[in-house]
Amino acid sequence: MIFSYYPGCTLSTKAKEMDNHARKCAEVLGFKLEEIEDWQCCGAVYPLGADEVASKLSAVRSLHAAREKGRELVTLCSACYHVLKRVNEDMRDKAMQKTIHTYDDTLNYGGETKVLHFMEVLREYVGFDKLKEKVVNPLKGREIGAYYGCMLLRPSSIMEFDDPENPQIFEEMLKALGAKVVEFPRRNECCGGYISLKEKQKSQEMAGEIVANAHKCGAKELITACPLCLYNVAKTPDSNIYYFTKLLAEALGVGS
Amino acid sequence: MQISGTDVLKCMSCGRCSASCPHSGDAMQTMPHQFVALLKRGEVEKLTSSDFLWKCLSCFTCVERCPRGVKPAAIVEAARLMVIRQQGEAHISAGEIPELLDPELPQQLLVSVFRKYKA
Repeated sequence: MIFSYYPGCTLSTKAKEMDNHARKCAEVLGFKLEEIEDWQCCGAVYPLGADEVASKLSAVRSLHAAREKGRELVTLCSACYHVLKRVNEDMRDKAMQKTIHTYDDTLNYGGETKVLHFMEVLREYVGFDKLKEKVVNPLKGREIGAYYGCMLLRPSSIMEFDDPENPQIFEEMLKALGAKVVEFPRRNECCGGYISLKEKQKSQEMAGEIVANAHKCGAKELITACPLCLYNVAKTPDSNIYYFTKLLAEALGVGS
Repeated sequence: MQISGTDVLKCMSCGRCSASCPHSGDAMQTMPHQFVALLKRGEVEKLTSSDFLWKCLSCFTCVERCPRGVKPAAIVEAARLMVIRQQGEAHISAGEIPELLDPELPQQLLVSVFRKYKA
């Protein structure tokens, strides 16, 4: 099965390893990520203002490109997933379609593309049972916690990724990989997000609380899907946080 | 109210937004429930002069947990947009940025900052 793929700015640069691992894992699991041509940065932050249009154009172009191929659009970065999914929802509104068309008349788009996170492909297209069968290096005895952050989960009415207060999708994956799953209460709390540029102390405090909570619950390692979460959380000593794709690649025998 | 796309009259003042906010407990902040109340009373200047505009993380916990669908984060964003559109400049200057960078810093952070701190 082939999916259209939107890597995003960070996976093409600082988080290239996440992109590499995801492509290799996809191959093992029997699907292909086909990068859409000429994609543009999604903007990383969903434009919340009801009157913002131009800042949504780049996301619409990618959604439109996937529809033209007749494929679902898969992404890995939490921020890209958040922006693409919410803009896609906005595009179901007729007035919005008209306004976007005014800005760029090559776009006749009405929210038809299905936006999927890589994890949703594992859950809904591959299946965790099948994933389990493909594991060659089970993560036996490893105590791992999944840190979700904000972008994948909220607002759940639009994201529909998982239960926003008690998500299980990463835990299901960890179980399939043979790890000992550690659930910790702060796994859906904010890491401090973009304030870590100007207000480093506040974001480090917030990330520190997340790591302390994970450690208290017994986690020795943490996984995430968000480059900004990784950056903020990794500032805490002994956080031992990395991308979920690294763990997946290791278990599937394609880690480098 | 138009920019935020919310209906503040739905608010029943339960305070769950502020209780859920990562900034709850920080002193001297205008918290999400106060943003809703100020907008309800039309006290827009108090919104636009609040330091909370630059504190809100858009983590959407207040939006998720509001039992009335009011979306406090969108009100904060609307006030922030009013400020940056009117002042026509960014909350961060280009000259400040280089010394704030480090080798691990992801592009996503800079893009987010450009979106949040300027129009």
